[in-house]
Amino acid sequence: MSFLSHLISGISLGSIYAIIALGYTMVYGIAKMLNFAHGDVIMVGAYACFFIASRYELPVVLGVLVAMLVCTLLGVIIERLAYKPLRSASSLAVLITAIGMSYFLQNAAQLMWTSNPKVFRSVVGDKSLKLFGGQLSISAIAIVTVATCIVIMLGLTWFTGRTKMGKAMRACSEDKGAAQLMGINVNATISMTFAIGSALAAIAGVLLCSMYPTLMPTTGSMPGIKAFTAAVFGGIGSIPGAMLGGILLGIIEIFGKAYVSTQLSDAIVFVVLIVILLVKPAGLLGKQVQEKV
Amino acid sequence: MSEPRKETKLVPVPATNYVPERDVDKPPILEARNLGIDFGGLTALEGFNLAISPTEIVGLIGPNGAGKTTVFNLLSKVYQPTRGTILLNGNDTMGMSTVQVNRAGVARTFQNIRLFSNLSVEDNVKLGLHNHIKYGMFSGVLRLPNYWKQEKQANERVRELLSIFNMEHMVHDRAGALPYGAQRRLEIIRALATAPKLLLLDEPAAGMNPSETGELMENIVKVRDTFGVAVMLIEHDMNLVMGICEGICVLNFGKIIAKGTPSEIQNNPVVIEAYLGRQKEDG
Amino acid sequence: MLKMQKSTRKTVSTYALVIVAFVVVQGLAMSGNISATLRGQLVPICAYVVMAISLNLTVGVLGELSLGHASFMSVGAFSGVVACISLQNMIAFGPVRLVVGMVIGALCAGIAGFLIGVPVLRLNGDYLAIVTLAFGEIIKNLITCLCVGVDSRGLRFSFLTSADALKLEEGGRVIINGPMGIAGIPKLSTFTTGFVLVLVTLFIVMNLVKSRSGRAIMAIRDNRIAAESVGIPITKYKLMAFVTSAALAGAAGTLYAMNFSTIVATKFNFNTSILILVYVVLGGLGNIRGSVIAATVITILPEMLRGFNDYRMLVYAIVLIIVMLTTNNARFKTILSRLIPSKKATGEGRQP
Repeated sequence: MSFLSHLISGISLGSIYAIIALGYTMVYGIAKMLNFAHGDVIMVGAYACFFIASRYELPVVLGVLVAMLVCTLLGVIIERLAYKPLRSASSLAVLITAIGMSYFLQNAAQLMWTSNPKVFRSVVGDKSLKLFGGQLSISAIAIVTVATCIVIMLGLTWFTGRTKMGKAMRACSEDKGAAQLMGINVNATISMTFAIGSALAAIAGVLLCSMYPTLMPTTGSMPGIKAFTAAVFGGIGSIPGAMLGGILLGIIEIFGKAYVSTQLSDAIVFVVLIVILLVKPAGLLGKQVQEKV
Repeated sequence: MSEPRKETKLVPVPATNYVPERDVDKPPILEARNLGIDFGGLTALEGFNLAISPTEIVGLIGPNGAGKTTVFNLLSKVYQPTRGTILLNGNDTMGMSTVQVNRAGVARTFQNIRLFSNLSVEDNVKLGLHNHIKYGMFSGVLRLPNYWKQEKQANERVRELLSIFNMEHMVHDRAGALPYGAQRRLEIIRALATAPKLLLLDEPAAGMNPSETGELMENIVKVRDTFGVAVMLIEHDMNLVMGICEGICVLNFGKIIAKGTPSEIQNNPVVIEAYLGRQKEDG
Repeated sequence: MLKMQKSTRKTVSTYALVIVAFVVVQGLAMSGNISATLRGQLVPICAYVVMAISLNLTVGVLGELSLGHASFMSVGAFSGVVACISLQNMIAFGPVRLVVGMVIGALCAGIAGFLIGVPVLRLNGDYLAIVTLAFGEIIKNLITCLCVGVDSRGLRFSFLTSADALKLEEGGRVIINGPMGIAGIPKLSTFTTGFVLVLVTLFIVMNLVKSRSGRAIMAIRDNRIAAESVGIPITKYKLMAFVTSAALAGAAGTLYAMNFSTIVATKFNFNTSILILVYVVLGGLGNIRGSVIAATVITILPEMLRGFNDYRMLVYAIVLIIVMLTTNNARFKTILSRLIPSKKATGEGRQP
């Protein structure tokens, strides 16, 4: 029974990674950049929700909506100010700028909200579902997280596959020049991608802090790195890949903690990542692109 | 043992190889037998048979997408063939890498120029000489006498090679900053620096004007004569191909459709059809 | 011939810069004209300079993005300190012991670099970057779980247990104590040893780059397929650059650790790797002198920003972003080149 409960917590943690990884993967797919500030957008979202729902005790739904709004704006502004001027620059220059942005967000958060941890009140309370006569308990937040993750995945699959904007995003990620010639507004499409990715980050932030209730300016960075790993794991640029990678990563992490060693759980996650990349150099669902000679 | 002995099936191997008279008693430098490659179920090249004699200039022509560059990629082992054999100087090259076939004597240029564009012209040629400069990392870092000696020799050799195309004055320029024609010539020099027995030139005259092309034609012949190498070239400029190639091989849809001397190829109806399309019966 | 003199001039000026800086700072320090905080920063600056130069070999010269360079520093720091402490009775003279420690640190980091490089260097681009990040985290995790002690029987190791599991004899000493790291490190590093290590690093890297091997490494960076076509074995030269880079980082790690009384594995985390990458990018990819200057200035910068107090790191982040935007945006670049018309881009190295 403990196996099952570990599996469930693995899947729910993995769902959070998956939602964050979606942001990484979408931005990577379209802008070909590693947005290292993404993890810190999560943190900002969590703070926004914290102030609305815990501090001012307004409805939780309002808190989540405000968090999403704040993050969406933040994501778009970051893209406009810091990344757009570098669209033709080398990917390394953009990477360093993203890191600078990450430092900026963390330090700004520290100045505004201090580095004292805040206790985040779970958005769904601490109820739980008891099964098998109480032997297996599934927390409400786990259920909500997994459900949210599934809804997001279905929504995104529909969005990128069926809507005009989604198709424009796919076109831009394939070939920006050609997309522009076909009359697609590349800048607007990239902004849209950042907006969606950041809104997802807000949701992930709220869910993450509902599960692990300490909120600090650095809260986002480690989950950010892990979600980035998850995105690579599944094949960066691929939406189902990010989902799969995130959930697998969560399961591996929880199982590593439970059955091997708490101290080594991160190392195990990364070892699995390396092994997978060595066997499938473009990730589980990624496409291997061969250079044309 | 008790099974009845199966009759060996004999298949005809195309033996339509043309050899320049001077090379008639010499074994071919390169021989491709029944070469073929598939990309994900799609056959890009099939039944490619060709022998190149040691000092021959061979032209490989055909419409766009016929598989010409694929042949080069197979000969230089950028791709491993799905079928068939490549014999280099009589030795099977199966399983060899690009690096190994280069050391065994195949050097090439690329359709879309691939220079080390941030390095100087001198360094580009020295990289061609890489396997002929003999000193290791430690001599290099500690600047042992061998370093100075070998680098001096290399410098002289670089200037010698550059003088073939009269490029000595560009020796310190950045390769990426050279004019287009000079980049193409530098790529040929870099390939020559590896001391090949077979030089593969992928569209050497692309983007050149007629006078540059004329100069290039003379130089290719000069290179063959001075270095004693076989040259195989892909080219769309028919003046160049018909002017210097001794044997010509025409590809279409991944198959050889004709082989022969320039005059034979020029009058071959199959070749004309491949290039211009079939004329309607009723005109 | 004029251009060649130019590149030689650049090399000479790099050595000159380092030597002059050392002499000036040493003079100021002796006459007591240097603040205590800056004096404490001298050895770390040397270590960071070495780190930046060595990472530039991987990122700028080889052209592969590494996000785990701090892990080699960590391997060097821990193995070097273990060597220095356990050799305490054998080599009495501090500087010699430090040099031995650095060599051992460099060797261990070089071996780690080799073991990581063999699988990793087959990958390309961002995938390689993420795997170096992963290795960095793994090494940090492993060192956190490691206990090492020394007694009359020699070095004792234990993993994932407490230091008691070492079962040291009477008079033995725990060196690495799991998550607590190493405490009671003798302070052997001095500004002079740091300066010497910087010179040695410059010598190795600049000579390597201007040799047959260095050319091959840069050829792989510029065009891998062309490099193969002229018979350059890719893996060999990638590994050569990666291992050299790791070994130098290891030596820097030993130097760094021997400057503090305690050291923990979490010091050498992802953020440290990124910090060093920032030096390299701001200094210019492939530009060794740039790395030296950037590492020095950026280490001192937060000190210089002391006036901003709490806003220090925020200002640092803003400065970083603005510098990246101004140096990499095409429009800013043209404005800049109009302002400074005489400064032409040099052929050496890649533009970041």
